[in-house]
Amino acid sequence: MIEQLRVKFARRGQAFGLAPSFILPLKGKILKRALQMGIGPKKNTADILFYGLTALASFTVLMIILGVFFVLLKESALSIREFGVIRFISSTDWNPVTESFGAATNLFGTAVTTLLAMVMAIPVALGIAIFITEVAPSSLKGPVGAAIELLAAIPSIIYGMWGLFTLAPIMAEYIEPALQSTLGRVPLLGILFHGTPMGIDILTASVVLSIMIIPFTASISRDAFNLTPSVVKESAYALGATRWEVVKNVVVPYSKIGIFGGAVLSLGRALGETMAVAFVLGNNHQITSSLFDAAATITVTLANEFTEADTNLYLSSLFYLALLLFVLSFLTLAVAKFFMLRTERRHSR
Amino acid sequence: MKRALALSLILAFTVLFSFGAAAAANTLNGAGATFPYPVYSAWAYDYNKVTGVKLNYQSIGSGGGQRQITERTVDFGASDAPLDPAKLDELKLYQFPAVIGGVVPVVNIPGIKAGQLRLDAATLCKVLLGNIKYWDDGDLKALNRGLKLPHEEITVVHRSDGSGTTAIFTTYLSGAYPEWKDKVGSGKAVKWPTGIGGKGNEGVANYVKRVNNSIGYVEFAYAKQNKLAYVLLKNAAGNFVEPSFDNFKDAAATGDFDPDKNFYLWLTDAPGKNAWPIAGATFILLAREKTEANKRVVKFYDWAFKNGDATAEKLVYVPLPASLKDKIRAYWKDKGI
Repeated sequence: MIEQLRVKFARRGQAFGLAPSFILPLKGKILKRALQMGIGPKKNTADILFYGLTALASFTVLMIILGVFFVLLKESALSIREFGVIRFISSTDWNPVTESFGAATNLFGTAVTTLLAMVMAIPVALGIAIFITEVAPSSLKGPVGAAIELLAAIPSIIYGMWGLFTLAPIMAEYIEPALQSTLGRVPLLGILFHGTPMGIDILTASVVLSIMIIPFTASISRDAFNLTPSVVKESAYALGATRWEVVKNVVVPYSKIGIFGGAVLSLGRALGETMAVAFVLGNNHQITSSLFDAAATITVTLANEFTEADTNLYLSSLFYLALLLFVLSFLTLAVAKFFMLRTERRHSR
Repeated sequence: MKRALALSLILAFTVLFSFGAAAAANTLNGAGATFPYPVYSAWAYDYNKVTGVKLNYQSIGSGGGQRQITERTVDFGASDAPLDPAKLDELKLYQFPAVIGGVVPVVNIPGIKAGQLRLDAATLCKVLLGNIKYWDDGDLKALNRGLKLPHEEITVVHRSDGSGTTAIFTTYLSGAYPEWKDKVGSGKAVKWPTGIGGKGNEGVANYVKRVNNSIGYVEFAYAKQNKLAYVLLKNAAGNFVEPSFDNFKDAAATGDFDPDKNFYLWLTDAPGKNAWPIAGATFILLAREKTEANKRVVKFYDWAFKNGDATAEKLVYVPLPASLKDKIRAYWKDKGI
């Protein structure tokens, strides 16, 4: 029966202008799945067609990812040949005039802003999620939840402009001087806060970024918290646990994976975020110990320099940066997913 | 059912493509520099009312404009930076200037108003290189006798993004001061020795306004519209001049735009008595073999040269001087457009 179906499939594929060689490798899994679902040749042909089309639609995502990867690889070939991998990653030089390019400053900026943003965002997001699911009276749950989701819908350029015109002056005049005169005095920690506070720096960018990713983490954690069976929670309450104890010992352990998932999604978002930080990071290619210094992330460099990159090597190096970001995001998400699956499996056991 | 669907699809495509074909004859496609975008679209609006021809201009940046015309996907490209004659021969392009813009250093020093601070190229370079750190430095004092300069640290604000404005500005600095050329050089993005970066003219203007004792550089239009405190610069003739329409025009009129070099010129340090030293034309690039499309593009710019000066000035662009327009018309004729 599989053979029959396979031939049929190939024919249908041809009707859509697809070569059999394109369709046939797909065959095995799709067909098996189709049979599992009870879609046999005796069933309605529309069902099979429907299955094939939706499978094809999902398949395009893979094709697009591969396509993006190959385009990035092809466009950055010139720069890869010129600088190699190790030298490009480790070089801190970024000089369009002498055409000497290195990614170290960009990787540094990306890592530091993302890390700081996560550190600031996750506790707040968890607080929001706990408040909405466990603490707030039900009359408040709706409005607060909706507000969080609205925050996620604001385009990132708005965050960028707000950061530049509103947040940066506040940071420069109040927050950063205050930090400097308190934490800046602490030995060792002080190096994080030296220099003249301008408001256009790693700290401001991280704050903007953290505000951007809070809604994601919060709403995914909220959904995860909601999945805790109320029977378990009620049992804990019946045993005399306080609200805090229920959250700490029942809800959070129960939804660890969900929280982790939310954090990973926001990590992905923070790694790739462009416009929100492009305005407030300054695009200075340097590695610095102070949070009050300007820096550059991969995305900020791309946004700032792509349109006016006029030599081939310059443009190719920008593509190379994009390729690095692609690989970086992919690896981060893959590693996170791997851990998530492992915890999930252990849990289900 | 299926046949009906297929038929309607075919019909839809036919209609779409025929519209596309009809539109092509009546549309000019251009792409490139963002700087002249407002004036090109204002001209195009008026031109459309007179002739019915539409201009579709994508302001994707000068680099993109050069790429698009090199690949012949547009009727004309626009670039803030001129291409040198060798490059034009290699890519088989024509080039002519369309409108003049300029760069103005602006400062924010409490107590000092627009047009009070005087600078020359060497001093400006020393400030931007970080060699002069305080406003009451000896070099600055020598240029500004009678002006009370504070003992405050100078903050340099530059562009964080690649830009034609930076290209013109750094070309001026490189030409005027050898140390700048050796240490930094010129280009749309350079490695700044000191200072903070703002994105776009608005970013730089915002920081200069906010940070006391700062100096930055913005496009002429931006300085004028935001009433920033511009400086007086010493030009090639040795006079301290202010950035004004007349002084830009003097620069454009005395600059050596040579049709034989396809008008390749960085309009810095023009010799005119009142010429503002940091100016630059923005250029149009044409594909040499596309005579038909070139004729339509040139017709538009010829019309704009005749009727568009007032519009340009209203948008704070400096129109080309009449002598240069004549040279360009002769260039078109010479190239058989």
